[in-house]
Amino acid sequence: MVGYIVQRILAAIPVMGFVALFVFLLLRLTPGDPAAILAGDTATPEQLEAIRESLGLNDPIFTQFFRWVGQLLQGDFGTSILSGKPVIELIGDRMEPTISLALTTIILSVTIAVPLGVIAAWKQGTLIDRFVMLLSVLGFSVPVFVIGYLMISLFSMELKWFPVQGFRPIGDGVGDFLHRIALPTFTLTLLYIALIARITRTSMLEILGDDYVRTARAKGLPESRVLMRHALRNCSVPIITVIGIGFALIISGVVVTESVFNLPGLGRLTVDAVLSRDYPVIQAVILLASLIYVVINLLIDIAYVLLDPRIRYA
Amino acid sequence: MNDTIQFERKPAGMLRASLFSAALAGFAVVAGAVDAQTLRAVKHSDLRVLDPILTTAYMSRNHGYMIFDTLYALDSDLVPQPQMVDSHTVSDDGLVYTFTLRDGLAFHDGATVTGADVAASIARWGERDGMGQVLMSFVDSMSQGASANEFVINLKEPYGLVIDSLAKPSSNVPFIMPQRLAETPSTEPIPEQIGSGPFKWVADEYQPGVIAVYEKNEDYVPRSEPASWAAGGKVVNVDRVEWVVMPDDQTALNALQAGEIDYWESPPSDLLPILDANPEVTVKNLNALGMQTIMRPNTLNAPMDDVRIRQAAIASVNQKDVLDALVGNPELYSLCGAMFVCNTPLATDVGSETLIKGNGMDKAKALLEEAGYDGTPIVIMHPTDVGTLRTQPVVVAQAMRDAGFVVDLQAMDWQTLVGKRASQASIEDGGWHMFMTNWVGADVFNPLVNNMVNGKGPDGGWFGWPDVPKLEELRTSYATAPTLEQQQELAAEIQKIAFEEAVYAPIGQYFVPTAWSTSIEGVLDSPAPLFWNISK
Repeated sequence: MVGYIVQRILAAIPVMGFVALFVFLLLRLTPGDPAAILAGDTATPEQLEAIRESLGLNDPIFTQFFRWVGQLLQGDFGTSILSGKPVIELIGDRMEPTISLALTTIILSVTIAVPLGVIAAWKQGTLIDRFVMLLSVLGFSVPVFVIGYLMISLFSMELKWFPVQGFRPIGDGVGDFLHRIALPTFTLTLLYIALIARITRTSMLEILGDDYVRTARAKGLPESRVLMRHALRNCSVPIITVIGIGFALIISGVVVTESVFNLPGLGRLTVDAVLSRDYPVIQAVILLASLIYVVINLLIDIAYVLLDPRIRYA
Repeated sequence: MNDTIQFERKPAGMLRASLFSAALAGFAVVAGAVDAQTLRAVKHSDLRVLDPILTTAYMSRNHGYMIFDTLYALDSDLVPQPQMVDSHTVSDDGLVYTFTLRDGLAFHDGATVTGADVAASIARWGERDGMGQVLMSFVDSMSQGASANEFVINLKEPYGLVIDSLAKPSSNVPFIMPQRLAETPSTEPIPEQIGSGPFKWVADEYQPGVIAVYEKNEDYVPRSEPASWAAGGKVVNVDRVEWVVMPDDQTALNALQAGEIDYWESPPSDLLPILDANPEVTVKNLNALGMQTIMRPNTLNAPMDDVRIRQAAIASVNQKDVLDALVGNPELYSLCGAMFVCNTPLATDVGSETLIKGNGMDKAKALLEEAGYDGTPIVIMHPTDVGTLRTQPVVVAQAMRDAGFVVDLQAMDWQTLVGKRASQASIEDGGWHMFMTNWVGADVFNPLVNNMVNGKGPDGGWFGWPDVPKLEELRTSYATAPTLEQQQELAAEIQKIAFEEAVYAPIGQYFVPTAWSTSIEGVLDSPAPLFWNISK
């Protein structure tokens, strides 16, 4: 197991290196000049040249690339071209809203969606099953921003239960934190409930027809034990996979939800950086997103082993 | 004002809602319940560059107005008024200007503002700003005067716009900063945000893309005159101002209506009816000069190097079509052929008939015929990510097609356009023929600040690079014209030639109202959003 984890970590290094090179080259080939953006409308060609020089943009691409990689190896993600702030600080500021939203969404979604999926499979073909499937279709079909606006309209503007927008760190008080993260969480949760409930139902339906489930029932085990102990545990691998990927998706940025609820998360940071050609910021956030995917995939693989002893890695 | 406390019976549903809300508030701070002395504003964009001299970005200019001060400032009659200056004298030969700074001026680090700070600041501004560069071409030397609170400008020859230059209201504004900051090369950002303005920068709370925070400068000594535009007393009535970034207009609308923000700089025109209908929101245009939207041809690339082709393009366009598509509400735009903006001393409609009357299509077709246009596609850059710029290229392209042009409307984001428009390359090598942009009226309201009437050509001109020496002669004459009447004559002549040479066309003037909660008052009219004088 340990050897497997070490092997996976080592395998991630060339992946990250490839991502770094790809992102770096792609950005340099994209039209747009950070110096022109910085200088504004009236800069002379000489001034533009001086700004490019001071930013190191006149150096050959591979010189710039190796300089950046050298900085990365020393833990230096560089400085934002526009704001002059260290990139690591910019990312650090945006991590808490994003991680908070990811955790609250996934916890709430799993809490609701897994039982719903199990019940839908257990009661296949009944009204309950159809209701869960309807909810699932709605969750998939209605765009997140529509759900967000409807939530705001009802719960913020009409009922005045929740604020329209904004984020408060948990350090400022758990109550205020929950009060502000609630609506974006509910909004994203609808989507994730649809996803997880559907996967849970499908997996459960496959398992519930297996011989060992029939045997468990024949032994007279309570239905709840059959469902939770024998069926759900054995179909947890695809559910865990979906939960993990869903978590990674939120961590790497849910721009629409962040914009609708004005959450200062990583998604908005990425989009803003791309639109303003802030190369060091773009490079760092994409690298970070790749790292998150690699780590979460690793955690999912480890979870497979823990949940299903039949799975073994060489 | 009614001071009587009234109790009223609430319907059961409302009561339940109130109780639930109160319960939530029991463990949380209710939305919008921020400190009464904190003004929360949503600006038109995000503050990314903190040096208002390095860049012309309006957000950086607005930031500059918060923490820096100016020697002079325009009042609402467009007349320069002293701000940091107490008095000034001019020598009989018009070559020596001596300025005395008023008492009580101090930077946020406690240092007194001196003539040396002023000299360094003006020199740095003069390297970057167009009007500053013209001023510097007349300046022989600048230095601190006989005492620390004096500043002296020695000119090579008399120049009538010294004070007007120092009172320039929009990007780049000649802000005064400490000498050690002003000595930063003008192509690099200043390392600190220390000014002598009415607000102090709260560096620890700044998050680009999220929030910028200012606190009241308790040591600031405002002038005694009432505030008028950026002139007069800068009296700060709130403890703290927060500029909150909200990328989504609907969110900003909801936040303003829910009382979570106090001020929204530029709501889009389609949301204005909702705001107008809300009695707790005031909607008003604060900038009488508005915005000028323009089309700019590239004179370097064929067939736009032929003046008749450029004239045909301009003749095909009708301002009303552009503004109907861009703004919609006729109360928020005006047909205006004045290159130097309508309702200013230099406004004239000379040369703009077809733009205003929309009767130039036949002329456009005739000009194309005369020029022997061969159907070469005209590359128009189309920035699709900016709401106030994505409409004009579509309307102009269609008008040009109606006239007989073949148009290649190239979609791109604004930053790609910004990079591409600086290229003088041929079309085959990625060049361009035309783009549209918008200017704040105060940035184009005279021939020195209006970049588009610069006729210096590829070496020193503005994007599009028309090479029209006569324009430069006239601009130089304008700079030294001693009276307003002469300035008006010269401005009219410049506009006439600019239209004849088809160097650019104003394709409409429009206004962007600001919305604010009725819980605040004292919002000033100005070409840039100002936050002094506001109380909450």
